[in-house]
Amino acid sequence: MADFEPKIVAFACNWCTYAAADLAGTARVQYPPNVYIVRVMCSGMINPDYVLRAFEEGADGVIVAGCKYTDCHYIDGPVKCDAMFAKLKRLVHTLGLEDERLRREMISTSEGTVFARVVTEFVDQLKKLGPSPFSSLRKEKVAV
Amino acid sequence: MEEVKIGVYVCHCGLNIAGTVDVEEVAKYAGTLTHVVISRGYRYMCSDPGQDLIKRDIKELGLNRVVVASCSPRLHEPTFRKACQDAGLNPYLYEHVNIREHCSWPHASDKKRATEKAKDLVRAAVRRVYWHESLDVKEVPVNPSVLVVGGGIAGIQAALDIADGGKKVYMVERDPSIGGHMIQLDRTFPTLDCSECILTPKMTDVGHHPDIELLAYSEVEEISGSVGNFKVKVKKKARHIDESKCVGCGVCEEKCPYKTDSEFELGLKRRKAAYIPFPQAVPNLATIDPNLCIYIKSDGKKCGACIKFCEADAITPETLLHQTDEIIELEVGSIILATGYDQFDPSVITQYGYKKYDNVLTGLEFERITCAGGPTQGQIQLKDGREPESVAIVHCVGSRDKNYHEYCSRVCCMYGLKYAELIKEFTKAEVYEFYIDMRCFGEAYEEFYQHVSEMGVNFIRGKVANITDQAISEEEKGKLIAIAEDTLLGKMLRVPVDMVILCAALQARSDAADVASRFTIGQRADKFFLETHPKLAPVNTATDGVFIAGCCEGPKDIPDTVAQASAAASKALSLISKGEVTTEAAIAHVDESICHGCGRCEEICTFHAPTIISKNGTLVSSVNEALCKGCGACAVVCPTGAMSIRHFNMQEIDSLIDGLLEVHHG
Repeated sequence: MADFEPKIVAFACNWCTYAAADLAGTARVQYPPNVYIVRVMCSGMINPDYVLRAFEEGADGVIVAGCKYTDCHYIDGPVKCDAMFAKLKRLVHTLGLEDERLRREMISTSEGTVFARVVTEFVDQLKKLGPSPFSSLRKEKVAV
Repeated sequence: MEEVKIGVYVCHCGLNIAGTVDVEEVAKYAGTLTHVVISRGYRYMCSDPGQDLIKRDIKELGLNRVVVASCSPRLHEPTFRKACQDAGLNPYLYEHVNIREHCSWPHASDKKRATEKAKDLVRAAVRRVYWHESLDVKEVPVNPSVLVVGGGIAGIQAALDIADGGKKVYMVERDPSIGGHMIQLDRTFPTLDCSECILTPKMTDVGHHPDIELLAYSEVEEISGSVGNFKVKVKKKARHIDESKCVGCGVCEEKCPYKTDSEFELGLKRRKAAYIPFPQAVPNLATIDPNLCIYIKSDGKKCGACIKFCEADAITPETLLHQTDEIIELEVGSIILATGYDQFDPSVITQYGYKKYDNVLTGLEFERITCAGGPTQGQIQLKDGREPESVAIVHCVGSRDKNYHEYCSRVCCMYGLKYAELIKEFTKAEVYEFYIDMRCFGEAYEEFYQHVSEMGVNFIRGKVANITDQAISEEEKGKLIAIAEDTLLGKMLRVPVDMVILCAALQARSDAADVASRFTIGQRADKFFLETHPKLAPVNTATDGVFIAGCCEGPKDIPDTVAQASAAASKALSLISKGEVTTEAAIAHVDESICHGCGRCEEICTFHAPTIISKNGTLVSSVNEALCKGCGACAVVCPTGAMSIRHFNMQEIDSLIDGLLEVHHG
């Protein structure tokens, strides 16, 4: 278990959180490479199916991230994302995954260090939690 | 489907990527992935030779999908999409991988894992690009007319810039006259030139311009359509006069016996039921206040003085009793919102005694008092007509204050200094400026501060805690006492004065939320309208073709307002001169064969893009492509999966996720 490296999928809106991750890179802020960022246009675009897919495929943790309420490029995407996330959280709980594996974050363009901190913390947290119960069920995929 | 041939290009970016990620290993790995026919590493992919590599491979190898792994897509995705397009490939058959900002730079200390992550990211992109589809970028013509909402200095400047460029402008102003807050000001800092003198020529130009149609005393009721083609419904409120006959002589006002507080004079003076708000009003027309006019209220049984004395026959029983609001429909290609600000109401800060003590004034009220055309003919005097012997000017009232507005209202330091200069110049009064920090940032502002300092004004660094009339000494009797801590001396002060001027903050209009929702634009936490980008797109909004200018975007002085108004005008003009707009291609799409027409997409969409229509007897959703911004909220709530976002559909995202998490060997 000591060498367990969790896999994290972070869905990030193009305008804020994705840009924050860009800024973290530009500023050379270091964080562990366990995270894969999936760029979506708006946090309101993040479909619960995407998140479930990520867990199904073996993600140990998922971050749903986007703009703060007042920064949204599409006016009220974060509100819509919140509504989706509330349902998703219950669903993930029902499926038997630990609540801690799913995080909702609002990280604005200028918060590169916040992005790095969130990822670092999440990696530590998931290392303590161990692999997702789904990852052992997952069959090894054969490439298309 | 034709055979998919993918080309993968991995950029070294000098050592920015290659210093951490083993680029050649990533490129070699990419070559092993299904459908990849060529994979290359190259020193600088964004350079011309780098782009030429892609173009040549598209032509020679027949590539129909391209993946570039380099920097952030926010930087170079457009570059490589264009390279694809130049080589005859649809730009949406391209996928970008960020292995610099999201990989080599933040993981510089772990080369091995950074390289593995780069491989995962490239593999995912290859999986996703397989499903990409060609998308058509549509172009729609732009109506060359522009709507300007608000007739203050911002709206006036924008309207004149556009109309001087030969394009038609409709200006809608809520009040009976244009001029906005600026026409209420007396002198403008730091030059102390008279506000009326510099503004009225521009107001007259608006009134006379052949390309400006001025709709004063009007409000925008409804708006539909999208960039290039907006439809606007404007309510023109009844003035109860015949506008074609009124010459603005003012006889009706003179003869009218009914009075109320003048809005223009902030209640410091009275106006009549028949009135022209101020002498230089544009349009120069009388307005009859139906809530005050006794003729209208008595249904024609009483008064009627204005009818009798109007030589132009502009006021008749017909106009008074039967004229109604009129709805005017306009078609415009772009919109500039210049709806201005409200002054913060200091009566909510009860310890300052505004509205409780006669001689506690707001800045705007003091502007009217020093103005030659104002209620005191420019005499600086107390309510009882005496000249003040001492005046306190209180900065940051409602601004830089966590209880009200956290932001700096930007203009208050300068107008506070202006008041000090005018009081020193025209009275013998002692002046006390209570400030937190002195912010004099503009051209010749600091010099103005120095000039006022040299006039013998007392500057006290400290926020006033309380204004009271409770004297504790002989000297304080009959005075207002400003109680503050002088933070430089570290001691409490009680300064007895005759007059207190509160430098009240500029705040967002009380109906800013309504306006924002009507025009589908955002608001910041401070309620001002939200620009697309605070630095690089300062006049654009969430709705294409809707621009913002002036204080509706945030507190600013006249020079900044004029500059921003000209910026908004140039944005509108550039839309017009291009003549057509390109619509976003990655937008919502309905699979009509599985759509049930439930309407959830219509409910959730902020931009009113999907509507439920009846097609061959069944209800289905139909997306107005010009309105859709591609935010994707509709696809999330669609219960059948009929709604999807092109370029972000389920198949594409699922393949990407699968690709990221796939266990690979080698």
